This record gives sequence, C-alpha cells and structure tokens, in this order.
Amino acid sequence: MDAYTSSELISIFAMQGFSGISLFSVLLLMALGLAIIFGQMGVINMAHGEFMTVGAYTTYFMATLTETYFPAFMPYYFVFAIVVAFIVAGILGYLAEFALIRHLYKRPLDTLLATWGLSLIMQQSFRSLFGAREVSPTLPEWLLGSYQPTETIYIPINGMFVLGLTAVVTLGVYYLMFKSRWGLRVRATTQNRVMSGAVGINTKKVDRYTFALGCGIAGIAGAAFTTIASTGPTTGTLYIVDTFMVVVFGGAASLFGTIASAFSIAQAQSILEFFISGSMAKVYTLLALVVILMFKPEGLFASKVRR
Amino acid sequence: MRKPSSSLLPSVMRRCFAKGLMALPAAILLSSIGMSASAANVNTTGLAVTDETVTIGILHSLTGTMAISETGAQEAEKLAISQINATGGILGRQIKIIQEDGASDWPTFAEKSRKLLVQDKVAAVFGAWTSASRKAVLPVFEKENGLLYYPTFYEGLEQSKNVIYTGQEATQQILAGLDWVAKEKEAKTFYLIGSDYIWPRTAMKIARKHIENVLGGKVVGEDYKPLGNTQFGSVINKIRLKKPDVIYAAVVGGSNVAWFKQLKAAGITSKKQTLLTISVTEDEVLGIGGENLEGFYSIMKYFQSQDNPNNKAFVAAFKEMWGEDSVMGDVTQAAYLGPWLWKAAVERAGSFDIDKVVAESEKGDIELTTAPEGYVKLHKNHHLWSKARVGEWSKDGQATVVYTSELIEPNPFPAGYQ
Repeated sequence: MDAYTSSELISIFAMQGFSGISLFSVLLLMALGLAIIFGQMGVINMAHGEFMTVGAYTTYFMATLTETYFPAFMPYYFVFAIVVAFIVAGILGYLAEFALIRHLYKRPLDTLLATWGLSLIMQQSFRSLFGAREVSPTLPEWLLGSYQPTETIYIPINGMFVLGLTAVVTLGVYYLMFKSRWGLRVRATTQNRVMSGAVGINTKKVDRYTFALGCGIAGIAGAAFTTIASTGPTTGTLYIVDTFMVVVFGGAASLFGTIASAFSIAQAQSILEFFISGSMAKVYTLLALVVILMFKPEGLFASKVRR
Repeated sequence: MRKPSSSLLPSVMRRCFAKGLMALPAAILLSSIGMSASAANVNTTGLAVTDETVTIGILHSLTGTMAISETGAQEAEKLAISQINATGGILGRQIKIIQEDGASDWPTFAEKSRKLLVQDKVAAVFGAWTSASRKAVLPVFEKENGLLYYPTFYEGLEQSKNVIYTGQEATQQILAGLDWVAKEKEAKTFYLIGSDYIWPRTAMKIARKHIENVLGGKVVGEDYKPLGNTQFGSVINKIRLKKPDVIYAAVVGGSNVAWFKQLKAAGITSKKQTLLTISVTEDEVLGIGGENLEGFYSIMKYFQSQDNPNNKAFVAAFKEMWGEDSVMGDVTQAAYLGPWLWKAAVERAGSFDIDKVVAESEKGDIELTTAPEGYVKLHKNHHLWSKARVGEWSKDGQATVVYTSELIEPNPFPAGYQ
C-alpha cells in the first residue's frame, strides 16, 4: 500500500471527525420534532417521517417556483423555503391533531395504528401530487461544494449548513420549552394534565400546538435533508426508524437525552463504519443499543415525571 | 404441425380436469360448433385470445419504493403496445392490457403473476424489475407455463424457459465495463461499493473475480450500505485513504443521490477520480442532478442521447405519450423491446401458444433492427445480443457515449465466475 504523509492522515482524521458530527446533527434534527411529540405528549407518531417529506416537497416546490418566476431570487430562496416548510408541515400537523389524534389520546396503541394509516395516506398523496420519481430541488450555489481550510481537508458546506440549522432549532426548542410561558404550560400539562386544566391552562390547545410544533420541526428537517438526499413519496420511511431509535435511546421526555443519544449513536456508527463495512456497523450499533436498553429501559436520561 | 398439437391435447385436458369441470363443457362447445376457427388455431391452450383481441399483463410496482424505477419501464411497454396496436396489432388482433401492481413487495409480485396467468390467462406478461421480484415470480411462471419479458440488467446465473431477458446479464455489463476502464484508464486498483442486497453483492462478486483473475488488478476495498442509507462520509474517507484508481459503484435508489452529492462535496470529482457505475441511468440522474455526476461514467447498453434514427423516433414518441420532461434510461429502453420481441416470435409461430412462441424465440435468430439501442438479436439462451456502451455524464443529465463495444454474445453462466 502507498505510504501516507502525516498531513494526509491528519486531514482524513479531521474529515472523519466532521462526518461524525454531521451525522449527529442529522440525527438530532430528525429526532427533535418527535422528541417533542413523543416526549411531551406520549403520542407515537408513525407519520413523523411523512411530515419531514412534506417539508422536503415544500422546498422542492419553492425551488421550482423560484426557478420559473424569480430566477434572480435563487441564491436566497432556500432560507424562505425552510420557513415555509415549517409553516406548511405545522399546519398539516395542526389539522391532523384536530381531525385524528385528539380522539385517541387515551388509546396510545390506536394512535400508533392511526398515524401509521395517516403515513400511508400521505405517501399516496405525495405520489399522486408529485409523481413516483424522486426529485431534488435545485440548490443555491453557496450550498454546494466544500470549504477547504487546507489543501487536503474538505468540509462539505451542506454538512455545515445542517449543523448550523440544527444548532438554531435546538436552541429555539430549548427556549420555547424552558424559557417561555408556552413551554411552562406544555411542561405543566405533561406533568399533570388534570391539575393544569384546573389552574386554567387550556390543555387541548396546548396539545394541538405542541403537535403542530413537532410536525413543523419535522418539516424543517425535511427541508434541510434536501441538501443531502433526494425526496420521494416514501423517503419518510427511511428516517422513521433512526428517529425513534434516537428518541427512545435518549429517554423519552428529555431534550438533553435526545442530544446525547444522537451524539453517541452518530459517533459509534461513523467510527465503526470507517473500520468495518457499512451494514455491519449498523448491526453493531443496534446491538449495543439493545444491550444498553435492556439494562436501562427508560433510556439514557429519563426525566422524572408524574403521570 | 400435427405432432405438437396432438401432444398438447392431453395436457389441455388434464388442466381442464384439474381445474374442475367448469371449463370442459365450454371447450367442447367451442370446438363442436367450430366457431372462431382462427382463434382456435392461434390459441390451443385456452389463453385470453379472441378474434379481435389478445390480452397481456403488465406487472410492475406502481406503489412503494420501486415505483420510482419501474414507472419508466411500464410506460415504455405501454408505448410499444400502443404502437403495435396502431399498426394492426398482432396476427390481426389488438392487444389489451391488464395491469397489476407489484407494490414493491415480492410476495405480491408472485400473487399477481398467478392471478394474471391463472385467472386472466394472459398470453404474455411484461414486468418485474428487481432480481428479488423476478425470483419471486419465476416458480409461478414455470408452473403455469406463462411467458415473462423481464427488462432489467441483472446479475445473470439464470435461464428459464418461461422468461425472455431483454436487459443485459452480468458479462454484457459488468465485465465489459471493467475491461474498458482497465484498458482506457489503466486502472489497477478498484474500490467496490454497493447497496446491500442480492444484485450489488452478486455483481461485485463477479467483478472481484474478473479484476483479480483476468485483469490482474487489485480490489482495495469493498463496502455495502443498507438500502436507503444517506450517510457516506465514512466510506468516502476510507476511499480517500485507499486511493483507488477506480471507484466501481452499484448504489441504488435514494441512496444514490446522497452518495453522489456527498462525493462532490468531499471534493472527489471526475477531475481527480475515475468512477464507473453500473446503477445510474437517465432516470436516476433526474434525482441526483447532472452537476453531481459530471465526468463520471456509466456502463449500460442504451443512453437516451444515442444518435440513430430508431432512437430519435423512440424518444419523440415517448415524449409525446408521457410528457416532454420524461427521460428514458437503460431499463426503459429494454422494456420497450419486450412487446416487439414477443410480436416477432408470435408472428413467426403463427400462434400465441406459449410453447410455440418460446420455440420460435429459441431458434436464436429473431432480430430487431428497429431497437432504439440500434440492433438486438435474441439468443437461444433467452438473452439478447447487445452492445455495451460507456456514457460520460454531463451537467444537463444526459450522457455522451464514449465507447461502444462489439455486439456481445449473452452468456448467463460464465465459466469461472460462479
């Protein structure tokens, strides 16, 4: 085998480090929305992946619209697309909660089935609306390519973008949940629904907005992932398993747990992948997860809540 | 002529008995009245053939993951059939289509193919896409003696009486591609990467044997990623560490997009790295984006950009039927050949009977000079003689053909590769 200079090895090491961090940000962004819905409301939303897909298709739609009618606006549309993706997915989430989920709060297993049905309905709607083929929005130039701090190190810009976006969304969720009046109401409802109602919190409204927020964040994630992969009607199903894995491993109702869990899964996976083949790396990661969950069934960080 | 019909009769009777007596009176009635003499001649086994029509089946995934890939194939089959109908049909009969959805689910494929053969009694089925779906329907076609035209390039190592393979088998694609890259790019070291299922794994097994035993090269890495995987960072770093002359890729589906986008973002472009893939056609490029593929190579037998009158007519007709934006990939073109090959065999046999059509097909001299890819000939072994072509992708999502091989004889069971 060829000899390597130390600078080459260092740069591969640096890039490998970034690919781990990049995977971490992807996992975290996927899981944030679900962490809110599953963590705060206890709803197992099987259609979470489809709300991501809604965000992705919104981005695609915005890209096509901009390209056709305002080509000069192309470099900036992506930022707006993310906001629109949040709003569209949020509104759809709001409607889903109103029409479906709220009738099933006391029957968690039925929600599982109902949201799974919802996911199938949404997949078929995507197929009818956008066609079966996968699509990719035209990305603005500044999102492509990579940043080169040295001759041999390439840091993908889309990776950095997702990382930055994840940071912003995480901080936003943190602020909403722990610093705002609204977050206080959500947490109160989670801890004791009856008592919260008694002190004048409209718990139904809280539920509806929590669900909409979770779906909206899924929409943001979907928009961000268009920079990484393409979008098809069944794209959501690719993400749903990883998403649940992160949330369950982190401990349902804990934001910090979700972050820690995304980080450890991402690092384990990416380091293992470097040394063994991709499929086996996934097997070992999942195996480790199962073993840890056997000893800590409540996940890494379980918050102590009274139900 | 007398011999085959007399030997067929008992089998027909047996089938009638086996299925209950319902069909028997009808058969007797038909033959005793002596009506539709022509239909009886061209159809002695009870297929869905009348004096005016013949019914065939199309079996592709319209829903599920594979819908992305299979859409083009079923569109091409419908185009070919509508063209055949417009020019008078087959043996004076218009072709009627019964379409079933395989739903990207292999047991569903088997169930639907049974329905098409047993209940609808179709004269031929055009369908299946993945190797897994073909393997699922194969026993059904062999048991019910149906006829399947299978359009996808695949790993070879199969030959059934009841299947005509209109795509290329391994030696016509995998080996031809490796030979080209070894000669043209003086490649010695290869990095193999694919999605984790039967086709990439078998393809890579064949590729490794060819690289090590025939080309005298070296495989410096081999990797498989789960279907639908979107993170290739670690693999890309591994590739960077191993510095292969060629990346040989068989990543499929949605993963493909992530794979090529991330390669580009990691600074691995065609300027520094040769990449040859066996899984990217014009269909995939729609999702991947031409800018991410620029300068990389695909080995296929057909590219939409091919400059010949057949192809120009095909592209124009396809766009007219399915929209200006549609693209035609390798499998789409191979699917288009199916109905035409069937028409040729049926007309020679003068009959829709499966056994007669297969016998004609097995003579090994059915040619299609109107094929969009140029010229194909059906070999005795149910595969097509075809040329391998290397296309270099450009920004607009189309490929320039940079190499065309001689007409390659199909060899589904190459010695030393099993």
